[in-house]
Order: sequence, then C-alpha cells, then structure tokens
Amino acid sequence: MVNETGPEGGIVLSKLSKSYGAVRAVRSLDLAISPGETVALLGPNGAGKTTTIDMVLGLTRPDHGSITVFGLPPARAVHAGWVGGMLQTGTPLDHLRVRELIALTASYYPAPLAVDNVLKLTGADAFAGQWTTRLSGGQAQRVRFAAALVGDPDLLVLDEPTTGIDVEGRRDFWQSMRDIATRGKTVVFATHYLEEADAYADRIVLIANGQLVADGAATEIKAQAASRTIRGTLPGADPALLRELPGVVAADRHGDAVILSCSDADIALPALLAAFPGIRDIEVRGGSLEEAFMELTAALGDHTADMMEAAR
Amino acid sequence: MTHFRYEVLRVLRNRVFYGVTLALPLVLFLGVATGQRHAAFNGTSFPLYFMTAMAVYGSMFAVVGPGARIARDIACGWTRQLRITPLRERTDLIAKVASAYLLAVPTLVLLYLAGAWLGVRLAASQWLELTGLILVGLIPFVVIGFVLGYLMPVDALTPALGGTVVLFSLFGGVYGFELAKSGPLFDVMQALPSYWLVQAGKSVVAGAGGWPAEAWIVIAAWTVVLVPVAGLAYRRNAARA
Repeated sequence: MVNETGPEGGIVLSKLSKSYGAVRAVRSLDLAISPGETVALLGPNGAGKTTTIDMVLGLTRPDHGSITVFGLPPARAVHAGWVGGMLQTGTPLDHLRVRELIALTASYYPAPLAVDNVLKLTGADAFAGQWTTRLSGGQAQRVRFAAALVGDPDLLVLDEPTTGIDVEGRRDFWQSMRDIATRGKTVVFATHYLEEADAYADRIVLIANGQLVADGAATEIKAQAASRTIRGTLPGADPALLRELPGVVAADRHGDAVILSCSDADIALPALLAAFPGIRDIEVRGGSLEEAFMELTAALGDHTADMMEAAR
Repeated sequence: MTHFRYEVLRVLRNRVFYGVTLALPLVLFLGVATGQRHAAFNGTSFPLYFMTAMAVYGSMFAVVGPGARIARDIACGWTRQLRITPLRERTDLIAKVASAYLLAVPTLVLLYLAGAWLGVRLAASQWLELTGLILVGLIPFVVIGFVLGYLMPVDALTPALGGTVVLFSLFGGVYGFELAKSGPLFDVMQALPSYWLVQAGKSVVAGAGGWPAEAWIVIAAWTVVLVPVAGLAYRRNAARA
C-alpha cells in the first residue's frame, strides 16, 4: 500500500533530541540525506552516533524532533522492508548455521536477494555451513553484514561496522560495501575511523557532543578547518608578522623553517610571497582529515570531554 | 512460517531439550510405575495417575522453553536485530507459543505409549480429552516462561525456569505423592494449575465431562493474572532495548 512511495524523500532528521538521564546524547540535530548518498556519521565515542542511528532505525524514540525515512516514520519504513541495519552489538542467533541465519532473515522481507549471492558478495560463502556461535570476529561481522543486505533494502544503516576487525578485514568489508553502494542504495554508517569516512563516504557529518559540527564532502570538511599548511625556508622570520597575513590562522618557526596553517591558502600564498620575497623551498599541503577533525571538535572541547566522561 | 520452522529447529538442536522433556519423564515413569502397575492411587490406577503426571512434567518443561529462548534472544542482540526487520513482534510471539505447544506433543505421545504398555487403557475419545485438558492447563506455564524470559538475565534463567517447574510439580502432586490431603496446604495445592493438570487423567476416566469447575477457574485465574504481568515484562524490556 505504501510501495509507490519508494525511496523518495530520503531521510530527514529534524530537531532531533534524546537524553539519557542527565546525559544529552543528541541535541537538536538537523540532517537531510538524499537517496543514493553514502553518508558517514563521524565522531568520537560518546558523540551520539549510535543514539542517532537507533532513532533512524526506530529502536529508540526521540524525546523531541522527528525522523522520516523515505517519507515514513522509521518503524513503518522498517516494516515495509526498506531498511537494513547492522547494529554495533550482538552475536548471531544460536543453534543455526550461517546460511540458515541469512535465509531466515531473508524470509522476513518482501523481496529479498538470493541468499547465495549475498553470501558470496559478503564473503560469508566460505563458512556458510558453520555454526553461528563458532565464528571469528571478522566472520561474524560478515554475517551481520549479509543479514543487513539480504532484504535488499533501499537504506543500509551500519553502526561502526568495522570495529574490532583487522586492517585486511576492514579493506575487504569496504570493498564489498562499495559494490553495493553503486547499486543506488542510500548508506549511512557511523565510524570513528577518520580514514574510513574520508575514503568511503560521499559526505561526512561530523558529530561531537550530540551536535552537528560540520557537514559536507570530505574535501569541504578539510577546507572548513584550517586545513592547508604552507612550509618554507625563511631565515629570521617573525612568526607574529606571518600570523597577520590574510588567510593564515597560525604560524610557527623551527630554526629557518616556517609553517603556516591557513584557512585559505589561495589568499595566503600570494600575500606571503609579496611580503617575504626571500622565502624559499615553498611547499603547500592539504591537512589530513584528522587535523580538521581535531580542530572542529576542539571548538566544543570541554563539552566533548565531559560527554566522553559521562559515557564511560 | 519460516520463522516458526527455525524456532522449532533451534529447540530440536538443543540436546538438553530431549533430556528434560522426553528422557527424564519417561525414565521416571517406567522406573516408578513398573513396580506399581496394579496399584490404585488417588481414586484411580497408579499408572494412569503417574502417566498423566509425567506427561505434564515433561510438557511443562517444553512450554516454558520459549522463555529461555526469549532471554537468549535478548542477550545476544537478536531481539534488537529482529526489530529492524519487517517481522512483526506479534508474529515472533505467536511462533514461540506455537512452537512450545508443538514441542509438548512428543512428550505426551511418548508417555501415552509408555502408559499403554503398562496397562493404561482409554477410549480414543478419552485420550483426546486428556490431551485437550493438558494443553489448556499448560497455558499458565507458557505465560510464566514469557514473564521470566523478559525479566531474568539469561544466566539465571535456566535455574529459574527449572525451579519454577519443580515447585509447581512438587505442590501439584506431579512426583507421585501429594503433600497433603486436607487442610491449608491442600487448599494451596488446589489453587495451582499443576495440581489440576495431574488430575486430568482421573477426571477423564470419571467421565464427568473433564475437570470440575474449580479446575477451570484456577487455570483461568492464573492466566488472567499472568498475561498482563507478561505484558508489563515485555514493555519493560522493550523500553530498555
């Protein structure tokens, strides 16, 4: 009856808030995700990522605000079979083999994918006959991924899908993930690995202390912070003068080397050359996302620390 | 339907299940009743009484089983995982109740066969009536399983369920003796569904149209009280999830 709605309207979170006792896990979060986007919810532990995801999946009711998933409340979108989720916690059901667990999950959905294809896609085919209670961490993660996928949902929600997985397992996982994202699915994943967000998301939503800190493509996030560095050799330079150049946020000197952190290197570089024609060995580099992350969350500094304390 | 099939499959793969619901009551029945096959007890033949008692014993263990699975599902996160699939929780509950009853049937059949072997003779209609009474009388135990499953941590659940069945059995006369024949303790015994379950064999043979009214009232009362408690336990768990 609702099928004609389809994956239109995307996912809309509006003024979403949730508290657990005195801890305000999510504070008035606004977010709109378009169909087909791959979005990373990036933030430190205790930032409110899991709470947000639980609300998108209809597992947790918000205190304030609203969520629609393809135009429906989360629980109804889930019942329509539009949503597949990979939760952070949980071990697979006992007394079942891997293939059986995936077949069982498939049976809940109106139009599931073929079980064998999903097992192959997620690499779970290698241990499809294994008891679900006898899996390694990496294997269990593939099984949970297969369970999220097998219903062929329009929205895939993954809560820290690679936590506790070795580097190789992580790479394999994201490889499969990429294959799937190209099929037009909307993917929302939470992570605290910056490089994962940078490498695999179209868009990064940075959350700290339950609030949205930054939202945009990975390159935009980097640009938003002082994220380019100019290095050069300039004997006897005065850092105070360098700091006053347009587009420069901070300046430092180590011997003859100077390092400028810039909010806009395009303006800073010509100004630097004009003011200090003697500068040599100039090098301009993009900052890492890690630096951007630290800088953006530092604005919330003490709050974030409190939050992480409370989350412990 | 697939969900129901897998619910049953999970139980059938659990070896403890066979021991508690089939082997234990069968061995107790044969061990105790073989030497007393011609004895009379509680106004009927001992084999009929004890066959009914052991069938009730095993099937009580079978029908509290969903409680154990509920607690395991919660503990391993499966309950949360199910909540993000299109499966309705109602369907899950119905599958669990249906599987409980389906898995109680082998116990009944096995004990009936053993009873017949030791000389219990009933008309076909009486066997059916006996089965019907037992299945109705088990309802409170299904619900007790649900209540404990939602409230108790998984590692405390097996002793809790086992202890509950044993207590109801002891006071209900399941073990082949009654703690009292009159007085306040007897009143307590008669207020238990397990007591009336054990009387089902006698009632069927008496041909008075099943149980006395008191039995129906006791079983209905337990059910009416326990169902809302199970509802509360369920909501408490759902709020935590």
